[in-house]
Amino acid sequence: MATIIGGIASTHVPAIGKAIAENKQNDAYWKPFFRGFDFVHDWLARKKPDIAVVFSNDHGLNFFLDKMPTFAIGAASEYRSEDEGWSIPVSRPIPGDATLSWHLIDALVADEFDVTTCQEMLIDHAITIPMKLMWPGEWSGETWPVKIVPISINTVQHPLPSVARCFKLGRSVGRAVEAYPGDVRVMIVGTGGLSHQLDGERAGFINKEFDQLCLDKIVSDPDALTRYSIHDWVKLAGSQGVEFLNWMAMRGALTGHVTQVHCNYHIPISNTAAATIVLENHAVAANAAA
Amino acid sequence: MTQDIPGTTIFDGEEAQKGFALNRMCFSFNSAENRAAFLKDEDAYCTKFDLSDEQRIAVRRRNVGDMIKAGGNVYYLAKLAGIFGLNVQDMGAQQTGMSLHEFKMKLVAAGK
Repeated sequence: MATIIGGIASTHVPAIGKAIAENKQNDAYWKPFFRGFDFVHDWLARKKPDIAVVFSNDHGLNFFLDKMPTFAIGAASEYRSEDEGWSIPVSRPIPGDATLSWHLIDALVADEFDVTTCQEMLIDHAITIPMKLMWPGEWSGETWPVKIVPISINTVQHPLPSVARCFKLGRSVGRAVEAYPGDVRVMIVGTGGLSHQLDGERAGFINKEFDQLCLDKIVSDPDALTRYSIHDWVKLAGSQGVEFLNWMAMRGALTGHVTQVHCNYHIPISNTAAATIVLENHAVAANAAA
Repeated sequence: MTQDIPGTTIFDGEEAQKGFALNRMCFSFNSAENRAAFLKDEDAYCTKFDLSDEQRIAVRRRNVGDMIKAGGNVYYLAKLAGIFGLNVQDMGAQQTGMSLHEFKMKLVAAGK
């Protein structure tokens, strides 16, 4: 059976892509952020995941407002990126695991999550930047160390799915991965956030206090976060702070005993409070005995 | 949508309908060829995407706040801003009436 080793959540600000391309990791502005990935590299080298299930939101590369699925899942053997219009270098393709994708699709729909299935899906900076951050060396090499299954959550056009619903989506994904017959090590990724707002007279809004609460509760008491409405979330974390929905889905997929082994928080990267966390998932006794 | 969160427009169904043409034009800027076509003849490009007068004027004035009032969504508008070499910090400064330096200092201050 598949094992869920843990989860990583990371900010996905486009400017990070430029900083990587221009080798600015050690500049004073960028260092506090990039240094937060030293631990991540070590952790990944030790844990050796085979597959990453990645929760993120599209920013107008794969989906437009003509058709906007609330939840969509990739079912491809390869995911390409393309020009997003902001002169960020286009990333090379990342392999997908279509077998796990279809296993998840079957399980999710059976569990009443009626997801949109995408045999072709362009991935944007919300996936390519965290991937580059997690595996900077592999980026220029021949092969990726993991295959991915991307799951897209609408954070663009309201009504958005609730915090509670995204957490339950994660739960459903977690149960499905654990029931997957392949002998594979799976990590769960959630991207975006934390607090930020790009639009309106409140542009530049950051809420350190609320971010700290989220960073605490997502480990110890994620249910506490599901009590916030989307409207609350926009108010407390900013219009684009709702990308935290991807983090909640990631956390939901960790169904065992969860411990935090790493957390880095830094203000600002571009207009955003940046954060990176690593959570480990330990099978609880009942599961271990089963 | 009523603005009960100050300085914030919730991009809901009403905004999505109002802004469809403008956002669709911005979505087209994923393509370098389309970005060049816009720069070559902005008026013709706006006409091709059937922008309303309000949207067309906001674009002509490069006024992000007015584009949002006309239904623009910032994720798509950022692609238009990119044509002029402007990033989300430039957009933030414009929308808050600050200089770029002031806006950056406000972000740094949020971390203190």
